[in-house]
Amino acid sequence: MTMSARGISLHLSGFDLLRNISLEVEAGKVTTIVGPNGAGKSSLLKVLTGEMPPTAGDVYLNSRLLNQWSLLEKAQMLAVLPQHTLLNFSFTADEVVGLGRIPHQTGSAKDVEIVAEALELVDASYLQRRFYTQMSGGEKQRVQLARVLAQIWQPSCLGEQFLVLDEPTSAFDLSHQKLTLDIVRQLAQKGVGVVMVVHDLNLAARCADNIVVIDGGVIAAQGSPEVVLTETLIDKVFGVKSIISEHPITKRPLVIT
Amino acid sequence: MLLPVVALLSLTVGTVSISWVEALRAVVGSSSATQIDTILFDIRLPRILLAIFVGAVLASTGAVMQGLFRNPLADPSLIGVSSGASVGASLMIVTAGGFIQGSALVGLSLVSIGAFVGGFTATLLVYRLATSGMGTSVTTMLLAGIAIGALAGALNSLLSYFSDNDMLRQISLWQMGNLSGASWLKVSIMGVVAILLMGLFPRDSRALNALLLGESEARHLGINVQRVKRRLIVLTALGVGVSVAVAGLVGFVGLIMPHIIRLMIGPDHRWLIPASGLAGAILLVVADSLARVVVIPAELPTGILTAILGAPFFVALLLQQRKDV
Repeated sequence: MTMSARGISLHLSGFDLLRNISLEVEAGKVTTIVGPNGAGKSSLLKVLTGEMPPTAGDVYLNSRLLNQWSLLEKAQMLAVLPQHTLLNFSFTADEVVGLGRIPHQTGSAKDVEIVAEALELVDASYLQRRFYTQMSGGEKQRVQLARVLAQIWQPSCLGEQFLVLDEPTSAFDLSHQKLTLDIVRQLAQKGVGVVMVVHDLNLAARCADNIVVIDGGVIAAQGSPEVVLTETLIDKVFGVKSIISEHPITKRPLVIT
Repeated sequence: MLLPVVALLSLTVGTVSISWVEALRAVVGSSSATQIDTILFDIRLPRILLAIFVGAVLASTGAVMQGLFRNPLADPSLIGVSSGASVGASLMIVTAGGFIQGSALVGLSLVSIGAFVGGFTATLLVYRLATSGMGTSVTTMLLAGIAIGALAGALNSLLSYFSDNDMLRQISLWQMGNLSGASWLKVSIMGVVAILLMGLFPRDSRALNALLLGESEARHLGINVQRVKRRLIVLTALGVGVSVAVAGLVGFVGLIMPHIIRLMIGPDHRWLIPASGLAGAILLVVADSLARVVVIPAELPTGILTAILGAPFFVALLLQQRKDV
């Protein structure tokens, strides 16, 4: 089962934001999207998650057209973490994470349990009763991560589940970056398909099964990190000279600039 | 708990003071004095019930609007309902001038009808202006609300300019908000609206919680944002439109009561909406009781007292919160 884009283009107020993009996100795999600023990464995520209808092409979720699922069904299979969430009301962390349980009818006792577990997973149990408005940027980001995790905590009977993360590690320190990657790998092992936009190529190389490089609204390359990350591609897409080495422990490609 | 006590106490105060024993006796139906009965049942009881319903509707719709606009400073007047109602009422006062007292249509004055029509039309206009193929933009709605509000303000000034002294006084009194015109008919209309709103709001309270995260986030949580928005705006326009029609512009309740409750119990709409409604009802009953007694034998417009009572309480809460942080 997959989440897939077939030949999508997005044309918005005179600009070609995406042109003829096709990609497949497999359940149980981690797909990272990389590319320079303004390449169309966030637009691609918006089309993939149904937030913007593509000008041409189709998006499928579990072999059905995305917009043929109801909003509620979609929410049970697909959770989305945006880059920034503006929340100016003083919810506590567990109330925020609890919002992730809205699409499910599991009963409040079960929900409380899931909320606590999700907070624990992102190392934010100590925030449980704290007000969201008084947290640091990294803490807020972790609480939001816990919220989308809570949304797909249990498998859905409708189909495979997918998690879309837009720069999830941007506000994190080193240890929480690693924690996020571990969580993502763990989810993939449980069968969730993860799509994530990241800027750090080494981070992408370390956790991805599949890297999609976007440049100027088109796919510049896609495939396994070993195949995609080459010196010529990085020069062509980012305009930066680099050396590709091998990570001494993970044996993954290591980009040195 | 507090509401019945306040309501009962309110029965006892007024130009003619009635002891609470007599009031209680009259309510349970064992009083002998008919004059007391008349004062209680024909004048005070409908007025208190009206205060309860209007207060509940204004405060709960305020909570809903603040959630919908994700802005704790929003209130029902933002969507144009108060300014529109104001124009409707002034227009009736100025054009129908002399007839107003006499020409009561099914017991409701032309001013009430003008206010309701004006308020509802303005909201519809604001909503239409902000709705495109992409859905309703709350930012555009805020701006459209301001534009329509300014236009309505100008129309209002124009109407005031052309009115004589008596009309001017009527217009400004109406704008201060007043519950003294309470009748059983108004109470029943307002009561039906209040019960309708209180019955329908809980359905959308989780959606409102999700909306605080943002519209796209709410959609990703499976919520049909456009439908929720339309439903809540229509309900608010109805509730506030009717409130304004029966009681004029009672300020403060819709803006500050949800705020006060949020400081006390947090922003979860499942509790916030009913608690705000209850608090709004209490505030308005207290304010209206005071309005009846502070300048005996005359009466003050209720709207003046809601602000005088609520503002210091709100400031105290803010100061206390600052100390806690």
